[in-house]
Amino acid sequence: MSRAAVTRRRASLPYLLLLPAVLLELLVHLVPMLIGIVMSFKELTQFYIRDWGAAPWRGLENYRVSVDLDAPVGRDLLNSFFVTCAFSVLAVALCWLIGTTAAIFMQDAFRGRGLLRAVFLTPYALPVYAAVITWAFMFQRDNGMVNHVLHDQLGLVDEPPFWLLGGNSFPALVVVAVWKTWPFAFLMIMAALQNIPGELYEAASIDGAGVWQRIRKITMPSLRPINQVLVLVLFLWTFNDFNTPYLLFGEAAPERANLISVHIYQSSFVTWNFGAGSAMSVLLLLFLLVVTAVYLLATSRGRKSRA
Amino acid sequence: MPSAPPRSYVWARRVFLTLLTGFVLLPVYVMVSSSLKPLQDVSGKFRWLPSSVTISPYIDIWDTVPLARYFVNSLVVAGVATVFSVAIAIFAAYAVSRYDFPGKRVFTVTVLSTQMFPGILFLLPLFLIYVNIGNATGIALYGSRTGLILTYLTFSLPFSIWMLIGYFASIPRALDEAAAVDGCGPVATLFRIVIPAAIPGIVAVAVYAFMTAWGEVLFASVMTSDATRTLSVGLQGYATQNNVYWNQVMAASLVVSVPIVAGFLLLQRYLVAGLTAGAVK
Repeated sequence: MSRAAVTRRRASLPYLLLLPAVLLELLVHLVPMLIGIVMSFKELTQFYIRDWGAAPWRGLENYRVSVDLDAPVGRDLLNSFFVTCAFSVLAVALCWLIGTTAAIFMQDAFRGRGLLRAVFLTPYALPVYAAVITWAFMFQRDNGMVNHVLHDQLGLVDEPPFWLLGGNSFPALVVVAVWKTWPFAFLMIMAALQNIPGELYEAASIDGAGVWQRIRKITMPSLRPINQVLVLVLFLWTFNDFNTPYLLFGEAAPERANLISVHIYQSSFVTWNFGAGSAMSVLLLLFLLVVTAVYLLATSRGRKSRA
Repeated sequence: MPSAPPRSYVWARRVFLTLLTGFVLLPVYVMVSSSLKPLQDVSGKFRWLPSSVTISPYIDIWDTVPLARYFVNSLVVAGVATVFSVAIAIFAAYAVSRYDFPGKRVFTVTVLSTQMFPGILFLLPLFLIYVNIGNATGIALYGSRTGLILTYLTFSLPFSIWMLIGYFASIPRALDEAAAVDGCGPVATLFRIVIPAAIPGIVAVAVYAFMTAWGEVLFASVMTSDATRTLSVGLQGYATQNNVYWNQVMAASLVVSVPIVAGFLLLQRYLVAGLTAGAVK
């Protein structure tokens, strides 16, 4: 083989290595996404589902309907959007808080720490459907554990409330989401804590810093880079969460806990209006892109100016 | 040595960790205890302890729904998806961590940004693509295990690639160079040097990929047929009937959870090690 041929082979090697990943990403993510965007401009109802290319173009009509606040479709979408925002902010804050606190408390060795760590990671390891079905059982009105404790044992409520219907469905959803997601924050923070050099803590304690001060002055600043990624990932996951509400409430989520993924799923698959469903998905994607870009800009600039 | 923590800290830690343990274990306790109860215990008022302990839910679950078939389907789909996902992620991460080439940044940014796509956006288009590929070529992707495997392996790819890039970068280049001096080509270097040194990271990625595939619900509910149904959809079979056999639901949940939780807890030290060396840096 000539030298030029060797160089050419060398230069093409990284692309060869990437090829399988690129092909799969194209097939499963990028091409479907583009098709989804095209579909959002079409009138894609059940009549055209067999031959979706023949569906008539609708221009921006699907988008207009989705954001028209004078009609029920637009109002429902807006309601679902606000519910999802509230849910995500609350769930991310709680997951981060619990995960970080637990990881910091378990930074120093104590008896039973390894066992406790395994216990804490269990909700993350459980398949989501097994976990959520168990919570659904606990939240049953007549034979569930939650009402048994609140009504029969503690007497805090006069009537056993419904948890999976009406207004209570929102706190129920948050509890379940936090229960199964906080261990991920715990895992990431725990790994990040192991990268903080021990000398920093020793130096601080020679300077007379107490344990609370060490946490404030050393631990929290060292966690800033991982927090930037962690909070974003948690937000994207909870905002797109489909599994928890779908498994907890079934196909028809209560209005107060109608997360946007389930709402779009219902708008597409229950009413068979895929054009409108696609338009809503595209709006959701645009919103997430903007939030992510603003978040990354804001947090990166903050970090640079501090450094 | 840092001085012993003050009592206030020790007590705060004790109270917090105890409460958290209670919160975490409550559903686990409900699952385990209810799976050993006779039906009347789970139909009436909740009881903390079974009126009598029975293992019949564990026998009945296999007949109420074809649980064994779902189990095999989940095992095949998650297992094959994991093997391919890890292999593909290794190649991609090796290219990114060891070579400079035009398009590298575009690749990493694109792959990572697919993480933020709402699954719902490409669910239907993907379904249509699979149906059309099936019509055009006769390769059945819709309703088959192959289709589900292809889908799932890309779900874990972005995070796996990202984590392995970090992990591979932490392996000293000097090892690669030594191998090159010994006459190893790039591919031999990958297999003889980089992969053996990155085993913890690779195990962590494999655990993640398996769990992702084992737990996925949305695509499984649309893309499977009766014969290929996986556990995530199949378990809902107990709950959609007029009478919910909660004791069987809990027994089945436990049965499908035990292998994955046990595997995860056995391998969790690799996950922490992999994250520490790779993604978190």
